[in-house]
Formats: sequence, structure tokens, C-alpha cells
Amino acid sequence: MTTLTDPPKESFRLSMLIYDTRYRSTTFQVLALIAFLILIGWLISNTAQNLAELGKEPSFRFLGEPAGYDINQRLIDYDSQSPHLRAAFVGLLNTLLVAVMGCALATVLGVTIGVLRLSKNWVVAKIMTVYVEMFRNVPVLLWIVLVMAIMIETLPSPSAFRGADPEATLKVFDTVALTNRGVYVPEPLFSRSLGDLHLFGNSALNFNISLDLALLVAVLVAGLFVSGRIKHRADRIQEATGERPTTWYLRLGVVVIPVVIVLIALGFHLGYPELKGFNFAGGTHMRNSLIALWLALSLYTAAFIAEIVRAGIMAISHGQTEAAAALGLRPKRIMNLVVLPQALRVIIPPLISQYLNLTKNSSLAIAVGYMDITGTLMGITLNQTGRELETVMLGMLIYLIISLSISLVMNWYNERVKMVER
Amino acid sequence: MKKSVFLGALTAAGLAAGAAAAGTLDDVKARGKLNCGVTTGVVGFGAPDANGEWQGFDVGVCRAVAAAVLGDASAVEFVPTTGKTRFTALASGEIDMLARNTTWTFSRDVDLKFTFVGVNYYDGQGFMVPKELGVSSATELDGATVCIQTGTTTELNLADYFRSNNISYEPVPIETNAEAQQQYLAGACDVYTTDASGLAATRSAFEDPTAHVLLPEIISKEPLGPLVRHGDNEWGDVVRWTLNALIAAEEVGINSANIGDLSAAPGNNPEINRILGTEGNLGEMLGLSADWAKNAIMAGGNYGELFEKNIGENTPVGLARGLNAQWTNGGLLYSPPFR
Repeated sequence: MTTLTDPPKESFRLSMLIYDTRYRSTTFQVLALIAFLILIGWLISNTAQNLAELGKEPSFRFLGEPAGYDINQRLIDYDSQSPHLRAAFVGLLNTLLVAVMGCALATVLGVTIGVLRLSKNWVVAKIMTVYVEMFRNVPVLLWIVLVMAIMIETLPSPSAFRGADPEATLKVFDTVALTNRGVYVPEPLFSRSLGDLHLFGNSALNFNISLDLALLVAVLVAGLFVSGRIKHRADRIQEATGERPTTWYLRLGVVVIPVVIVLIALGFHLGYPELKGFNFAGGTHMRNSLIALWLALSLYTAAFIAEIVRAGIMAISHGQTEAAAALGLRPKRIMNLVVLPQALRVIIPPLISQYLNLTKNSSLAIAVGYMDITGTLMGITLNQTGRELETVMLGMLIYLIISLSISLVMNWYNERVKMVER
Repeated sequence: MKKSVFLGALTAAGLAAGAAAAGTLDDVKARGKLNCGVTTGVVGFGAPDANGEWQGFDVGVCRAVAAAVLGDASAVEFVPTTGKTRFTALASGEIDMLARNTTWTFSRDVDLKFTFVGVNYYDGQGFMVPKELGVSSATELDGATVCIQTGTTTELNLADYFRSNNISYEPVPIETNAEAQQQYLAGACDVYTTDASGLAATRSAFEDPTAHVLLPEIISKEPLGPLVRHGDNEWGDVVRWTLNALIAAEEVGINSANIGDLSAAPGNNPEINRILGTEGNLGEMLGLSADWAKNAIMAGGNYGELFEKNIGENTPVGLARGLNAQWTNGGLLYSPPFR
């Protein structure tokens, strides 16, 4: 052990803050922080002062006033006498609807296209390349407008279905109506319904949950859980004896049979669209604005996801595939058991940002008149109340919360699939 | 959160910075150009013609103000605005005035902090439907799909009208008149609703205008007029009295044909003399030259001439004067005296 001599004590001089390398970086960081805080302070005070001069002090009281306008696509009860807050809530649900539908379709399409792009079939691989390049390199707004224009101009209007010898007819055994106002599909109805669960009382954010739907989901989840246990048992037996018992009919049965029983018990039947007056009545109306936005966002984002999936697969060394083949696995099993699980590690992080992009891009909805949170809160409400600052800040806060929630869920999933380092 | 507050503050600071600058009249004079907010395109009221020149009834007001302030009717920068963007554009100072079929309402005047300087067209909200639907009254529209420009008073009137008549409808919100026209003609909506004058203007641009009818119901009062920001009264006065000069000119009989003679020397009608600046100092009071009103009227003619040229019965839009006749002819146009 060596003894260290204490360094000579030196007195601290102010100039050392700049000339002494020990302090210099700290000095600059503190200066930068002060400058940044001054800038923010100036912006805030400037805003407050100017708004006060205009006589428009920030206030959120407008949220409680009646909105006065109607919204076509409503997932919850809403009429023109509901407050602005409720209109914003309707918009938020519409945003979430198109985001969830978009993420799901984009993932399915993206993974398929990404895998096909690596196909040994030259034609298929090239077609997928063309797809990816076409969609990636054109702004998504143009795709949204294009899909909308195609729907409006090519599909028949409801009046074409009228008369003894109509120009247009219902498709798929007379159950689906394709019109330029949207697609009408059969809706599920329950003749012995359990009713709704009413949440949050009379507040502006109250909504109903269909007990029928909740029961169906519960039964389905329980069935899947039991099915998982059966698979687990089959795995155990296989490991112990080398013989895998045939379980597919059991696993299918525990999922399907309870669901069918519940459906029959609830009196499940379909409601079909029917031409009544100006429009179709009955059935579920998927408006063309929703379809245009959904398809365009999905097709656009799928092109990016395809590239991510391709990159993920190519990141797995070819040796892995060859080793698996040497063990006698078939190509499909190699992909499912060896390549994709490892590729997921590479795929998930950029996939998160694609989901975020899709959600944020859904704010282009106003281009086709889809009433999302941008269209209601930051569109009509802003316009009717003149509260630009408040509505835009509220809107940004909501998007921030949505995006952070998606990140949270996806990061949790990423933790689960990422490689355990040993 | 921190970032969003920061960006929000930045946006608001940008918005407010423009509004804080006082003295719009001086700004316009220094710039040598008037920034005038107009519609994105409604034939007859404000739309570029084949040469890219803005033409129309509202555009005429912009040109008159530019002529009154700068002596040059072409010194206007036209800024197309949608129903949604117009108020932000005006509040932020991007435009000096807005002449874009905008309804004068209590909340816009008081709460949005704008000054409506007058009314240049008394309008009301109507409905247009294809003739083949066989609809003769708006009360028969139960269940119809209605195209509507978003961010307008018509959106609120529509909700009120259908609610009070206890009939249902499906609103299709649309950004601009052109998109509404496309959707309506493709049959994506059964009805198009906006101000009756706008409907007539839109219909005039159709291939076959006779295949569409305007329903008799007028469901609201829509006094349309130019507006400016609150708080700059000098500029508000300039725009208000330019509009009044156009209206008064028709009333006292000044038009583009005789304005040269009338302004050459004081005549025996003192009101005409005061308007044209051959007597008194009204221009000086406004901070403008003595011939401000003469320039404004020469820009496109008096109110009646502007009306006939752009939206009158001999134009494709084909609107009758109706409520927009001079008070002496049973209409509502009534300019305060020039004195």
C-alpha cells in the first residue's frame, strides 16, 4: 500500500470557473440551464401578458358548456346539448378506435409483407418491394385523401339501391351494403340481453359497458386459459414419454363450446342493413371516413413495419437456420421456433415507434371529416369557443398520454421477449 | 408535459405577438399592401378567375379598403382561409381584415374579441337537395345525410333546427366548399347546407344547376360582414366607413360612371360633396387622404354595382337584392350619415 501525498491546498479563484478544466463543463451547463429557463420564462410571461391584453385569460370553463354541434360517429351517448368535455371524449374514443384498428391491421400486413419480401420467389419479392417503396415515399395525407376519393367516386350512393330494378345490390348473401357513405355490415344483436353497466354516473365522462360483450370476453379468456393449461400438460407428457397426446379437439372445444353456449343463451342473432328513407338502417355503419383513414394509415404504416420485420429476420445469422435444418426442423418450424423469436428482439423497439406514428398520424382525420379528438376538441370546439391555447394544450396533453401509454405497454412486452443474458 | 407546455407557450406567444402590435392603419401604409382574408373559393363572393385574379363581392370590399387607404385597388394580398382557420389568422395578425361571408354573432364579437364593422350581405341558412329526391321541405329530411362546412355557425343552427323539429340526421363535416361540392355531387350526402347565398353560388358552378333545388326554409339569420380585431378602433373606423361609403354612394346616386364629374368640383348635394371629399375634412379625420371614398368607390363601383356585377340576377349566381336593397327600396341597407 502506497501513501498518497495530499495535493497542495490551493485557494479557489473565480477565474477557475472558466480556466480550470475541472469546473469548466459545470459552468457551461449551469449557464445553458439559466439561459433555457429565462427563455421559457419569457415565453410564458409574454403569452400571459398578451392574452391578458386581449382580454382572453386562460380558462377551462368552456368545457362544461353545451357543445351545440352534432358528431356522426359516436361510440357513447352524445347529443348537441352535451358539454364540450363530452364531445372531446367522443373524439378521444374515435381516435383510440382508429388507432387500435390501424395498429392491428398494420401489424398483420407488415409482418406478412416483410416475410414475403424475403421470399425466394422473385416475382413475389419484387411486388412487395414495389409496395413498400410506393407507400413509404408518398405522404400519408395523400393516401388518406386518395382512399376517400376512391370510395366516394366509385361506390354507389344509397339511392342506387332503390327501386324495383336497382343499379346496385347488397353483397355477400344480401347482408353487406357497399355505398359511398360507408359500408353497412350485419350487427350482432341479443334478444335476451343482460343490459348495460353504467359507469361514472351523470358526469360528462360516463359510459356504458355492454354486459353481453363483457360476458363473452370473459368466457373467451377463460377458454383460452384452459386451452393453455392443456397445452402445458401435453408438453409435460411429451417431455416425460416422448409421445405427444393429441389435444387439438380438446383445446378447440374448451374455447368454442362455452362461447357458443353463451351466444345461444343470450339469444344471438344478426341485424341486417335495410334501405329506409335516405339511408340504410340497421346493421353496423362503418363510415367511409373511418374506412379511408383506417386503410390508409394501415397500408402506409405496414410498409414501414415490413422493413422492420425484414431487418429483424436478416439480423439473425444464417447459421441459426442451417443449424436448425441440420436438426431436422422443417422450414416453417425454423421460422416459427428459431428465427422469429430471436428476430422479435430486434423488431419490437422500432415497432413501438411505428405504433406511435400511426396514432399521431390519425390526427390527419379532419382531411376526410373523421371526428377524432383533433376534429372535435381542437377543431369545432376551438372554433366555436375561440379557446385556441386551452384546447390545443389539452389536445397535446391527451396525445402525450396516449403515446406514453403505448410506449409503456410495448416496453413491458419488449422486456418479456428480449434475450436473457447469461 | 414540460415539452407540450413549452410548445404551447411558443404557439401562443407567436399568436399573441402579432396581435399585440397596435396601429394596423400605419402597418398597412408602411407595408404598401393590405392583407385581406377571403374564402378559399365561393363563386361570386370570392374566387380567383381564369387569370388568377381574385374576383367577387367580398373581394370587392377588400379592394375598396385598399383603394381608400393606399389609393391602389390592386394593393391587396388575398389570404384564403377556411371556416376553421379564419379567426386564428385574424387574431394572430396574419391578416388585417376578414371579408369572408362571416356571420356576426354575439360570441364572436364579445368572446372571440373581434369587431364586426357592418353587414355587407343579409343572409340565412338554407338547404340544397337534388331535384330527383322529391323533397319539398326541410321537415321531410328525417334520416338524411347532410354535408356541412365545419367550424361555422351553420353547424350549430343545423343541430338546433333538427333537434327542435325532432328529426334525425347524419352530419358529414367538411373543410371547404369545394370538397362539399364534390361529396354532394357524388351522392355521398343528400343535402348540402350553408348560407343561402353560398348555396346559390355553389349551384351556379354545377354542370346542371337546374337539377338541384333550394328548399324554402331559411333556418337562421346570417348577417355577413367584414371584421377586424378588437382594440384598434382607428382601423375599425377605416373599414367600417369604407363599407358605409359604398352603401351611401348607391343611396345618393354616386356610381363609377358619374364619379369623375361629381368629384371634379363641389356640387349642390352636400352629402355627395362630403363623401367625395370636395367639402369638409372627413378623410383627414380618418387619417386618410381627402379622396379616400372616391378611390374606394372607383375600385369596383358602389354597393349596388358590386352586387350586380358579382352575384346579381344577371350573373350565374343570380341572387335577388331582397333584404340587401337600400332602405329606401324596402331593404335593410342603411348607412349612417356622412357628416
